[in-house]
Amino acid sequence: MRISRPIVAALLALALAACGSGAEPAASSSEIKVGLLHSLSGTMAISEVTVRDAELLAIEEINKAGGVLGKKLVPVVEDGASDWPTFAEKATKLIRQDKVATVFGGWTSASRKAMLPVFERYKALLWYPVQYEGLESSPYIFYTGATTNQQIIPGLDYLKEQGKKKLFLVGSDYVFPRTANKIIKAYAAANGMEILGEEYTPLGHTEYSTLVNKVVQAKPDAVFNTLNGDSNVAFFKQLKSAGATAEAMPVLSVSIAEEEVTGIGVDNIAGHPVAWNYYQTTETPANEAFVKAYKAKYGANKVTSDPMEAGYNAVYLWAEAVKKAGSTDVAAVKKAAPGIALERPEGLVIIDGENQHMYKTARIGIIQPDGLIKQVWDSGKPIKPDPYLKGYPWAAGLAAGQ
Amino acid sequence: MIKRHLPFATVAVIALVAAPLLLEPFRLGLLAKYLCYAIVALGIGLAWGQGGMLTLGQGVFFGLGGYSMAMYLKLNEAGPGGLPDFMVWSGVEKLPALWAPFASPVFAVGMAVLGPVLLAVLLGTLVFRQRVRGAYFAILTQALAAAMVILLVGQQGLTGGTNGMTNFFELFGQDLADDSTQRGLYLVVASVLGILYLATRQLVHSRYGRLLVAVRDGEDRVRFLGYDPALVKTVTFAASAGMAGLAGALFVPVVGIISPALLGVVPSLELVVAVAVGGRHALAGAVLGAVVMGYAKTAFSEQFADGWLYLQGALFILVMTLAPKGIVGVVGRLRRARTT
Repeated sequence: MRISRPIVAALLALALAACGSGAEPAASSSEIKVGLLHSLSGTMAISEVTVRDAELLAIEEINKAGGVLGKKLVPVVEDGASDWPTFAEKATKLIRQDKVATVFGGWTSASRKAMLPVFERYKALLWYPVQYEGLESSPYIFYTGATTNQQIIPGLDYLKEQGKKKLFLVGSDYVFPRTANKIIKAYAAANGMEILGEEYTPLGHTEYSTLVNKVVQAKPDAVFNTLNGDSNVAFFKQLKSAGATAEAMPVLSVSIAEEEVTGIGVDNIAGHPVAWNYYQTTETPANEAFVKAYKAKYGANKVTSDPMEAGYNAVYLWAEAVKKAGSTDVAAVKKAAPGIALERPEGLVIIDGENQHMYKTARIGIIQPDGLIKQVWDSGKPIKPDPYLKGYPWAAGLAAGQ
Repeated sequence: MIKRHLPFATVAVIALVAAPLLLEPFRLGLLAKYLCYAIVALGIGLAWGQGGMLTLGQGVFFGLGGYSMAMYLKLNEAGPGGLPDFMVWSGVEKLPALWAPFASPVFAVGMAVLGPVLLAVLLGTLVFRQRVRGAYFAILTQALAAAMVILLVGQQGLTGGTNGMTNFFELFGQDLADDSTQRGLYLVVASVLGILYLATRQLVHSRYGRLLVAVRDGEDRVRFLGYDPALVKTVTFAASAGMAGLAGALFVPVVGIISPALLGVVPSLELVVAVAVGGRHALAGAVLGAVVMGYAKTAFSEQFADGWLYLQGALFILVMTLAPKGIVGVVGRLRRARTT
């Protein structure tokens, strides 16, 4: 018998596609499936794997304590591959095929923006664990990281308190740094601060001698740094070799946490300030337990960081909402979530009903020679999330069109 | 005559009738995505397999098509006088002049094909006249893909930067979230691929096709015979660019996003790899390769979220070492073994 090539090809393709389409067996009544969608490959893997690990830890702990509504949580892990369209595809797969109750995932704003239409289309829930640029509040996303008024504005308040009047802005070229800098410029204009320069480099850029020269020659009181990823390694190294010191010209970073400090090299960055809501050194009973459990599961040399803690919290907050709702139904969980308050490693966290962001305590820390971060300032109490900066008169116009 | 068309007809029936009936909407959407890539692969099969032009920058043409379509969708949703969402975040207050004509669907779809064709003609005229070929041509196209990404990322207010464009709601009045719209889109993609496949096969079997192969195998001899190899190559390159552009325009409503990550060096290379795996000397091989590699990526990453990239790489190495002529080459060998 002669079988021609195209027929073989087509049958093969269809057979392959059909095997893939065999729907997963529905979760048995004693289990609840939840999706974990982070980049496990590509440039973002180094950061996102740690968040995935923290979320797995939370799931394990919840299961040990009896699960949710008497059912065990079963994680379905997918790889976003540092590629935004892949995030959208895998989110669809988790929702439609695995029929997960909720998804914890994302890191970059681009991955969130890519997943947003998927979650809105299928009316499913996403818990997003990283600080971001604000100006968003999807009814199907819970934001457990900081919005701008819980990180960037406290960072600016801190610099102002320290008497820093002239700032230089350095950032990676994408939506978070550009939006952050828009806010910083509006803040500076309202607070008598001066912006000496604003520079962007592509993500992954590593040649900073020109930019460092520009910064050093401008002689700012401080630098506001929104560079992301590997670029920070080159930037801080070259800044140090240009003779800039943390005493004379502190560089305040909003994307460098404990995990990144190791990669940059403590020698290059010790003494510089960072702005977050949580540090490994944050003194709360819940944090002591979190750090201990994380090290026990993943190794004594591992550090914990703000996005990891926010991912870890997300699982607990969702579980609490499910318990309160008595069901994993999305509408019921959304209705039960507002007002839920939990003592987390970062302190008290409350879900805001209006925008599904969290009340969080802002913290400024200084990077120590041992690679950890020591808190030098905090907001004293959890700050109400304000993603559109409606409570700041100087920010009017930033959220135009909303 | 009937026998010649039987294989194609069978595939067409499976693709147009069986697949939409058998596959769940989510899987059908994925198949539509693979078929979009298959259209690009068909173009690569023509340019590289038949014409010997190793083009490592088809992502550029794919991107031009995709961005044209995305611009239309965004403008259509913003309505007259409205701004696309990402322009609002990026602080753009007035619609850039470049965007204005894309409010017309005819212009947008036209540009999705014509834009890539014109760029390929320009590039081909400059490059092939200078007798740039082989590795130099490959490097040039790859550099173009890298440059395109830098350009798109740098112009956030104009292009959406790294995020690209997403969150599309409707296409020509049809709700994109609807499963029936997605099924319709799948049928459109499959039909376009089928028509382009037939047309390309016709082209390859024509006098022009033989000339193209002759240029691939002995460009100087063809020139001495009085033909103009540069023209032959430019036309072929432009045709493959047009196909990539059309694929990009179809991809956007199917997948719902376009971003620089989809058209840089890596995705462009992935498509060439897919064509090699399928078998570059047969057009069916190119199409098959794109579908198989697309499927393998999905299947591996769903089964082994932590290490799927290694499997993807292993598959490529395996096929290339055991079957340098790709899957189609293996099938051909089996067939010959059976008939003798």
